[in-house]
Amino acid sequence: MADELMADIEEKTPRPVEAVPAGNPKKDDSEKIAVATQWQLMWWRFRKHKLAMIGTIVLVLFYLVSFGADFLAYVDPEESEAQRSLMAPQPIHWFDEGGFRPYVHPQIGRRDPITFKRVYVPDIKVKVPVEFFSHGFPYKFLGFIPMDIHFLGVKNARPAETLFLFGTDMQGRDIWSRLMYGTRTSMTIGLVSVAMSLLLGITLGGFSGYFGGIMDAIVQRIIEILRSIPTIPLWMGLAAALPSSWSVNQIYFAITVIISLIGWTELARVVRGRFISLRQEDFIMAAEILGCSKPRIIFRHMVPSFVSHIIAATTLAIPAMIISETSLSFLGLGLRPPAISWGVLLQDAQNIQALVISPWLLIPSIPIIIAVLAFNFMGDGIRDAADPYG
Amino acid sequence: MVSYIIRRFFMAILTVLAISILAYTIIQLPPGDYVTSYIASMSASGSAVSEGEAEALRLQLGLDKPIYIQYLKWFGLILQGNFGMAMEWGRPVADVIGDRLWLTIIISVAAIVFTWVLALPIGIYSAVKRYSIADYVFTFIGFLGLAIPGFMLALIVMYVGFAHFGASVGGLFSADYMEASWSLAKVWDLIKHLPVPAIVLGISGTAQMIRIMRSNLLDELRKPYVMTARARGLAEGKVIMKYPVRVALNPFISTIGYLLPYVVSGSLIVSLVLSLPTVGPLLLKALVAQDMFLAGTIVLLLGVMTVIGTFISDLLLMWVDPRIRLGRN
Repeated sequence: MADELMADIEEKTPRPVEAVPAGNPKKDDSEKIAVATQWQLMWWRFRKHKLAMIGTIVLVLFYLVSFGADFLAYVDPEESEAQRSLMAPQPIHWFDEGGFRPYVHPQIGRRDPITFKRVYVPDIKVKVPVEFFSHGFPYKFLGFIPMDIHFLGVKNARPAETLFLFGTDMQGRDIWSRLMYGTRTSMTIGLVSVAMSLLLGITLGGFSGYFGGIMDAIVQRIIEILRSIPTIPLWMGLAAALPSSWSVNQIYFAITVIISLIGWTELARVVRGRFISLRQEDFIMAAEILGCSKPRIIFRHMVPSFVSHIIAATTLAIPAMIISETSLSFLGLGLRPPAISWGVLLQDAQNIQALVISPWLLIPSIPIIIAVLAFNFMGDGIRDAADPYG
Repeated sequence: MVSYIIRRFFMAILTVLAISILAYTIIQLPPGDYVTSYIASMSASGSAVSEGEAEALRLQLGLDKPIYIQYLKWFGLILQGNFGMAMEWGRPVADVIGDRLWLTIIISVAAIVFTWVLALPIGIYSAVKRYSIADYVFTFIGFLGLAIPGFMLALIVMYVGFAHFGASVGGLFSADYMEASWSLAKVWDLIKHLPVPAIVLGISGTAQMIRIMRSNLLDELRKPYVMTARARGLAEGKVIMKYPVRVALNPFISTIGYLLPYVVSGSLIVSLVLSLPTVGPLLLKALVAQDMFLAGTIVLLLGVMTVIGTFISDLLLMWVDPRIRLGRN
């Protein structure tokens, strides 16, 4: 009962206006459509979904940032300096002397004699020219190509001392550069956890849906129980159990496992539902009568007809995983410094007093919202495109 | 009808058992036990704990027995209403949790009420006036509500409250009533403080509910009986409210069972940001201190509370939907 209702909730999201069926094209296209593969039809339908296309482009950009985090950062994310703590974002002045000559003013920091707060004033007399593709801190591009070229830099000065696109945090670390690295961590953690959930979901959901009977009943009860447990206390408990001696990579892996341990239920439900509805289709019956082996029926006949649905469900599952990681890290139970993720960055914003004085600490929340929205739009688009009757 | 109730009840018991095992396992997961963390905290403050003392403490707390015996002992005591001692606090767990559990329930229920009150009319409006400007606006806000994690919304609300009104919007009581015992005035104070956490907590659920209500009703409105009703000249308001809305409500009610764990989960994090006196901050502290009785009890109580809520929503569904009541499902 509850499962069917859940299925109701899943399947019935508003269909977009643009999703005109692809079977309704101009006349000279009809031949093309008749011979198009299922994937081509889906792509054509997906293309018409404007929000989904925008979401896809945004996500491509996000993953490009993940790849080129070191290139886009201009300061080593760990470089801290108490003398530069909590600096406000400084704009780049793009035009000078009637031409395109970007520059920044250096900042002079001093302590306010009355409030003892550090205040910074730009030194208007000095202009530090900003250059593109400049040399900066060394890194390994894609993890193995040694490089020191960065997208932004300043001529004859250290960017750490002059360039503050998004300001600095409590320890004087550059927020822009840290955000680039945080994007890499948070965007990949979503992918890795969803891959793991998918593995669990497809295996258990597939077994449960294809074989039915006791197997199905057991898996369904497990899913029902897992779904009725509030996840955050469970995650908090699991995450708090991670030994503090673990390395950044071990913690990263453990967090993905924790998130996917609970996240698989939704995917298993979708897979099971598809299996059950397909099992009754005539072409499966025909394959069985013709004596096809079980693996052949599953992988040759059933899987291709629901892959698109799985892709849609997967895409829609990623944002929840990203939010989970962010929430856990925000609580201090997920990724821990020196790891950098969106949640870790937002930990600095936990202190409301600090936040009121330096609102730029909230900047890392913007990419979270944009990424989650983009995944939702793209997932909705894929789901609509995958539905031949949509 | 009876079999439906029995099945649901059996399921609820099974879930509670599963939660209790999970809760206890989680608490046992971290390496070391309470005594090791007690020793660590004592040596951090300068005083040493001898080997013999540690052993005595372990015996006293029953930590030397195998895990399943510790679990059975714990669960047995809980069934008798004895939640054990919160070791770090040196007080019974029930005392430490105190009002916090009730406040968690009150906030969760307030959030769900807020969700309903907002989502129902907006969902109906969006479905009936599909593709109108208001529909698009609500859809957009709905997406935004879905994309902003609760703790972030709480942060933003706190920030705006501080920066523009110079006051903390967090907490559940004014300073005068914080330590006061329960009275009508205190309840009124609580009611005045409820809207902010309820809205922060309820907004993403509301976004989902609007989408669900809208699409359910849209599906229902396409059905022939609606056209028949219109053709027979029934007033438009009656056409919509009398049948399609009633049918579309079913999945809406059943989602309480799914909304509740979600809201309870969210309340923990939101409580930390808004500094609400719920079990959230207590759980975080207990986990960090490895106070297993306290943490285990909180996880268990939250789980049980959710199960009870789900069970109530099942009964409610039965009351609303004659198809379930008459057992034709």
